[in-house]
Amino acid sequence: MNVLIDNLALYGEGLLGTVELTVYGSLLALALGFVMASFRVAPVGSLRAFGTVWVTVLRNTPLTLLFFAVMLGLPRFGIVLPFQLFAILALGCYTSAFICEALRAGINTVPTGQGEAARSLGMTFVQTLGDVVLPQAFRSVIPPIGSTLIALAKNSAIAGAFSVTELLGTYKTLNELGYSIIWSFIWIAVGYLIVTLSISAIFNLLEKRYGVAR
Amino acid sequence: MAVDPLIELRDVNKHYGQLHVLQDINLTVGRGEVVVVIGPSGSGKSTLCRAINRLEPVESGTILLDGHPLPDEGRELARLRAEVGMVFQSFNLFAHKTVLANVSLAQVKVRKRGKEEADRRSRELLERVGLLAHAEKYPAQLSGGQQQRVAIARALAMDPKVMLFDEPTSALDPEMINEVLEVMQQLARDGMTMVVVTHEMGFARSAANRVVFMADGRIVEDRTPEGFFTAPESERARDFLSKILKH
Repeated sequence: MNVLIDNLALYGEGLLGTVELTVYGSLLALALGFVMASFRVAPVGSLRAFGTVWVTVLRNTPLTLLFFAVMLGLPRFGIVLPFQLFAILALGCYTSAFICEALRAGINTVPTGQGEAARSLGMTFVQTLGDVVLPQAFRSVIPPIGSTLIALAKNSAIAGAFSVTELLGTYKTLNELGYSIIWSFIWIAVGYLIVTLSISAIFNLLEKRYGVAR
Repeated sequence: MAVDPLIELRDVNKHYGQLHVLQDINLTVGRGEVVVVIGPSGSGKSTLCRAINRLEPVESGTILLDGHPLPDEGRELARLRAEVGMVFQSFNLFAHKTVLANVSLAQVKVRKRGKEEADRRSRELLERVGLLAHAEKYPAQLSGGQQQRVAIARALAMDPKVMLFDEPTSALDPEMINEVLEVMQQLARDGMTMVVVTHEMGFARSAANRVVFMADGRIVEDRTPEGFFTAPESERARDFLSKILKH
């Protein structure tokens, strides 16, 4: 118990780091995933191809490798950013591939007639997607997107290995200070539970609010 | 008739894999004309109807709408589609929007009308199809016939030059067919240009200026309803009519 009380500041810092990575990473992943899903159902072939390549590359690359690529690769092209920002970039891009596919699955649950009706009224692709298809897809993508963002929260632990402040990384300091490994990790686990259960709670709420009215 | 062509199809061809669904289709629909397309299932009549606003792209041939060829997918095609109302077999009302919002949506998004103006127009049209009382309901709360009448109102809200009906009554219970046909009869009397794919021979007889009979991807006959129903010229049409008019 005193591991936590003695090192509240350290744990707090780590938790805050994980929350930051999760929130910014999620926002980036949602935005990119949304754009890529639009690309993948667009009537323009080159956009579809771009979306497909994006998803294929990012979804099939180990996240750690992606971190290396971003942290070591981008500086070679003169892009030097704080490590935390690099980590958010890697997490966001990686997760966007999964968000994209969840959204696309949702889009596929909407009967094609809905899109056809919108197009037959003269609505453009963007209007059809934004006003007719996505609002109906939204309900069915809430659960899988929740799972994907929970995975993102846990994946953020990898950033610790690249000297970004986050929850898992606190164990190193605690270990050096001679605290019990087991209790250090139990409190770290509780920290992650706080983050992931909060995400669950948010998505349960969203599902209650939007998931039923069919 | 057909002195002022609104829709022209010239040598239109389309395949679905091996199946040649539209074979050298030539068809002209004049302004104010009501053309009913009939034929056995799989004859390509729905595809023909959907090709007119390019929901189904064709492989060769030209389709002219009011003198302009159909453009490729994009803004220009969207603008052209707004001039062509379409009513589907499965209604396709937007499930997440109320009846009123269904009719108003494209007016606001495509015709750029203000919300108030669009809603006013929507109410007028809903009154015309006898559904003003249901304006605040969701599509799933309406019967099939009511949904189809809303779909007609939604298409009319764009002030289209022509209305396409793709088997509008085929998914309806028999008792609901008439309420939809009555709305269509009224439209025809008001001088709307219409292309109607249907199995309703009564409607074809009473409302159509011309009957187009399709079989195996070809237009076999294109005549007045009187001529077609009393003295079909082709063996294929005689066979078809004998099957459906027996009951």
